[in-house]
Amino acid sequence: MYEPVQQGKILSGIWMTIILSFYCLILSVVIGIVGAFAQGSKNRFIRGFVQGYIQFFRNTPPYVQLLFFYFALGQFTPTFSPDGWLEVPIISNVGWAIISLSFFAGAFNVEIFRAGIEAVADSTKEAAESLGFSRFQTFRYVMFPLAIRVSLPSLNNNLINLVKTTTQAYGIAVPELLYQSVTIWNDYPSAQYPTMLLVFVVYILLVGVLVMSMNSWEKRLRIPGYGQ
Amino acid sequence: MASRFSTSIPGIGKNGSTDLPVLKPFAPSQPVAFNTSAWLANLPPWTGLVLLLPMMIWPFASHAGGNFTMTDAFAALIKWMPFLLKSGFLFNVIISLFAMLIGTFLGIILGLGQISKTGIIRRFSWFITQLFRNSPWLVLLFIVLLAFPFEITIFGVIIMIPDWTKAVIGLSLPIMANISEIVRGAVLSVPTAQWEAAESLAFTRQQILWRIILPQCFKRMIPPWMNWYAILTMATPLCSLLGVEEIITLSRQAMESENNHPELLVPFYSFALGLFFLYCYPIARVTMHLERRYSVKI
Amino acid sequence: MLKKNAETIVSIRDVHKSFGQLEVLKGVSLDVKKGEVICVIGPSGSGKSTLIRCINALNNIQGGEINVCGIDLTDPKLDKLELRKRVGMVFQQYNLFPHKTALENIIMAPTMVLKQDRAASEKRAFELMQKVRLEGKEHAYPGELSGGQQQRVAIARSLAMNPDVMLFDEVTAALDPETVKEVLVTIKDLAQEGMTCILVTHEMGFAREVADHIYFTDNGVIVEHGPPKTFFNKAKDPRTKEFLSQIL
Repeated sequence: MYEPVQQGKILSGIWMTIILSFYCLILSVVIGIVGAFAQGSKNRFIRGFVQGYIQFFRNTPPYVQLLFFYFALGQFTPTFSPDGWLEVPIISNVGWAIISLSFFAGAFNVEIFRAGIEAVADSTKEAAESLGFSRFQTFRYVMFPLAIRVSLPSLNNNLINLVKTTTQAYGIAVPELLYQSVTIWNDYPSAQYPTMLLVFVVYILLVGVLVMSMNSWEKRLRIPGYGQ
Repeated sequence: MASRFSTSIPGIGKNGSTDLPVLKPFAPSQPVAFNTSAWLANLPPWTGLVLLLPMMIWPFASHAGGNFTMTDAFAALIKWMPFLLKSGFLFNVIISLFAMLIGTFLGIILGLGQISKTGIIRRFSWFITQLFRNSPWLVLLFIVLLAFPFEITIFGVIIMIPDWTKAVIGLSLPIMANISEIVRGAVLSVPTAQWEAAESLAFTRQQILWRIILPQCFKRMIPPWMNWYAILTMATPLCSLLGVEEIITLSRQAMESENNHPELLVPFYSFALGLFFLYCYPIARVTMHLERRYSVKI
Repeated sequence: MLKKNAETIVSIRDVHKSFGQLEVLKGVSLDVKKGEVICVIGPSGSGKSTLIRCINALNNIQGGEINVCGIDLTDPKLDKLELRKRVGMVFQQYNLFPHKTALENIIMAPTMVLKQDRAASEKRAFELMQKVRLEGKEHAYPGELSGGQQQRVAIARSLAMNPDVMLFDEVTAALDPETVKEVLVTIKDLAQEGMTCILVTHEMGFAREVADHIYFTDNGVIVEHGPPKTFFNKAKDPRTKEFLSQIL
């Protein structure tokens, strides 16, 4: 159906989308956990900082965030010259896309994990305390394992949204699936409809794989005796 | 995959529950992932000013080296501000309003289709809903852009379809799918006892739906509906990728006409970010207020 | 079973505690000797749970003194971990960790807090499960156990720390009537082995049978106390009489 050039483009696009999604997923979850732990801090400054971060990233369009990161902040990053002529910024557009999207999804994840932690009953925390656990041990072995289970459905939703949002990296010319498809649309108008269909199918598949792996994770974490 | 989607309904004001006795019922600030409104409304009002802060302090932080200083960049921004606001942001608002209108209308039909008694209508509506809920917005925008002709002929009259109309259609599709889920979820949230009670009073199905069930859940659909409006508004900058002349497109053009000094980037983009915040904040406040008012349990 | 010459292990002197405007404890004093079993009874809201939680430093006090096993709880530099190694606590809602099996629940604290060898803790955990008559349930998750069984695992979990004092905060209040007994039997076994126990309870029959000393609290003060026989048969204070007449 496709010529080799097109096929290569589509495949590299899919690969880029997967890479983008993968790094963003990992990074945003890490941001979420660290942020949620920091929000429980006694230091007002730290709490305020986390709150400010969430405020900024949750409230503004992710697409404008991308542009802001890449264009506005990108101009301040140092560059290096591999051959003495070219000036290459140390953070590429892919790098900025990963950073920007991770911070965007991470802001939601902080809230998700915080709500999960708050859902753990105080009495369970007290039980851990009265057994002599330290604050970190209580968080690490009791609060977090329970909170993650409560948070999973919301986390699932947010991560699906993240995968969908990776398309917006198109705006800064990251060669992901949508970008590659659009170049094909422009170069080979006859390939428009099949490519559209393909893009649709690939995204539904990607989201499907994510959902299925999240569901199986959820199942594996299921505590015997609770739930079906 | 399907069951997961159909059970989690973003925007429906239904608290998650857990059967773990050690856990309190999970009440994130609403379905966490998407509840922009709930979260927004929690912000103190001064946040908007904080967002604009980079603009204010930027001139002082500017590097003295270039001929084009930050002060010049600000002068440029102030010069362009009325234009960006009136021709740019206002257009984003108009696009969002139209898309919301169309999306809501189609979404209600689709949502009612999802609870239809006819199996084929139900399955078809479900499929359309899931398809558009789970596709990236930008992909939908591009598909609409390419799939729709740029002009149509009705009775020999050629009507041009401008790009912004296509953008409206493209944005209304995911809204439609999500409104559909809101409608379905709201109807399902009415206890079945209500249906049974009405049936035992010999109401027809249509009567039950329109006279008894929908009036009950109408109020509950308003907060999630407004929440989706906020999300939609924040998606309108994507239209700039289609060449629609909204705020981001115009900001770029404005920067180009100011000779593309890199110093322009931060003030111009901050301005856009700030505008979105200022627009969405009051909406979020009202959403939260309504949510609290309507969260009366039956 | 009065231990007249035993050392005092918990000493509470004129303790005051408020939650905001609400004064819950208005000068409570009591002493517990090693090996004694103390029951605190009283109407709900009388401050008995607050009192027992203060002994474990789960609640801070505003006035008075508490001394547990030689540790001064009013010390601002109080080593809470050290205190909690000495004091075991069992809660009304069991509060087992639902994501860990019964055995894991028991060995968590000894291995992580006391840094004991895992094999040794496991051996001890098996013994404790036997002691609370739950052999065979070691690998069950809390959700797979009945309330009474969970509560007995919770007791075993506290015992695994080898505490000097055990606190029981209305441990049977959330249980079905038929499982209450199995928990009470476990506690009675403990008492007979000489474990120092402080119980907040509504089980009057049990209190009469097991306790060495009974304290009756009402409205944040101790109204009356004494050995079970005297307390139940010859209560002097009208409040105590009224309470007992409602319960018995």
